Amino acid sequence: MIHDFGIVWGERSLLLSGLGNTTILSVLSAAAALLLGFILTPALMSKQHWLAWAARAFVDGMRCVPFLLFAYIVYYGFPSLGVRLDNWTSGLLALTIYNAAYMAEILRGAWATQPREPIEAGVAFGFSNVALFRRIILPPLLLAAGPVIGNQMIQIIKDSAFLTIIALPELTHAASSIQSRHYVPFAAFITAVFLYWGLCLVIEAGVSSIGRLAEARR
Amino acid sequence: MSGGDILAILQGAVVTVTLSLVGILIGLPIGLALAVLRWADVPAVARMVAVYVSILRATPLVTLLLLLFFALPNIGIAIGPISAAILALVMNTAAFNCEVWRAALMNFPKDQYEAAKSIGMRAPQRFRRILLPQIVRVSLPGLVNEMSLLIKVTPVLAVVGVVDITRAAVRIGAETYEPLPPFLVAIALYAPIVFALVSLQRWIERRQISAEAAA
Repeated sequence: MIHDFGIVWGERSLLLSGLGNTTILSVLSAAAALLLGFILTPALMSKQHWLAWAARAFVDGMRCVPFLLFAYIVYYGFPSLGVRLDNWTSGLLALTIYNAAYMAEILRGAWATQPREPIEAGVAFGFSNVALFRRIILPPLLLAAGPVIGNQMIQIIKDSAFLTIIALPELTHAASSIQSRHYVPFAAFITAVFLYWGLCLVIEAGVSSIGRLAEARR
Repeated sequence: MSGGDILAILQGAVVTVTLSLVGILIGLPIGLALAVLRWADVPAVARMVAVYVSILRATPLVTLLLLLFFALPNIGIAIGPISAAILALVMNTAAFNCEVWRAALMNFPKDQYEAAKSIGMRAPQRFRRILLPQIVRVSLPGLVNEMSLLIKVTPVLAVVGVVDITRAAVRIGAETYEPLPPFLVAIALYAPIVFALVSLQRWIERRQISAEAAA
């Protein structure tokens, strides 16, 4: 058993590059999904019926489709529509679009519970739309939605593991190739599990420090 | 895509639904047992459960599944794709269920429990008659949410060779060189199942809110 972990240690550069790719994938797509979510959320709450309906259909649709199937469609299905993407692009695209729907729903939930008064006070003080959003609406919104966004980040990290099936060299893919090369399944995969755990603990620590920040601002 | 292909995907749907149901039915009570162990603060065991939940919450199902499928035979436990799939689903969902159950247990009013004690109910009776009916009601929306999440991760089971909806669709796509139609059929099967669970969850929540408002 110790010997098996020795083999995994010998392949540490492969595992670390897998961990790096998982981190890059998750951070990039979480940031992009959050940005897209900020565009989708006003659409969800729009007074224009068709716009709200379209946004709602997209968000609910994504929430009913398994991520793996969505990734398959982007990677294998899009080429028959004439869109051919490599595995990195399709992986990033699939993660981003899929999670944008969840982010939009999270932001809508947090937005709906925000008090009206600061916004009205901001309007009364003559804040323009952009400044109003950036200074008055955004900070409390992000602090309120912080823990749920953190949960979604963990979900994104776990979803990124599915991308191993389109041969994206992320952490699970690295563990798989170590296991098939040396036949040390337990050592390879348990190391990957602990690395995933470490990533999630980092996110949880981040979320709780945001929570402390929110507490201090109150 | 022929009629036979659609039939193959439907057969995959039977596998997907069966495995999900088995995972849910085994995962629910195990999650409850884990939650009770943590809630009762059984020394050492409670800590172990906490670590288990923390690790499993962070582990992608693919990684867990590959670990079980490849490593268990290595230590002399023969395991097929189906058993590995069920074990992975149960280990995964039990950890999430544990958190839902535990939240309900933590918020349970202590006075009711003490009242039951004072009229001489024994522990098993207190649990079955006083605690369980109420925490089931509180946990229900969270548990249903967890079920819809479980169904959404089942396509992963195809990785070890379980022929579910996704694997059937992938196979047909590879044979016909037209991957899009079988994937759309697959979505048409998954979406209503998940949507039904999501609607059920919203309905339960709405009903509970109106029941509280009436009380």
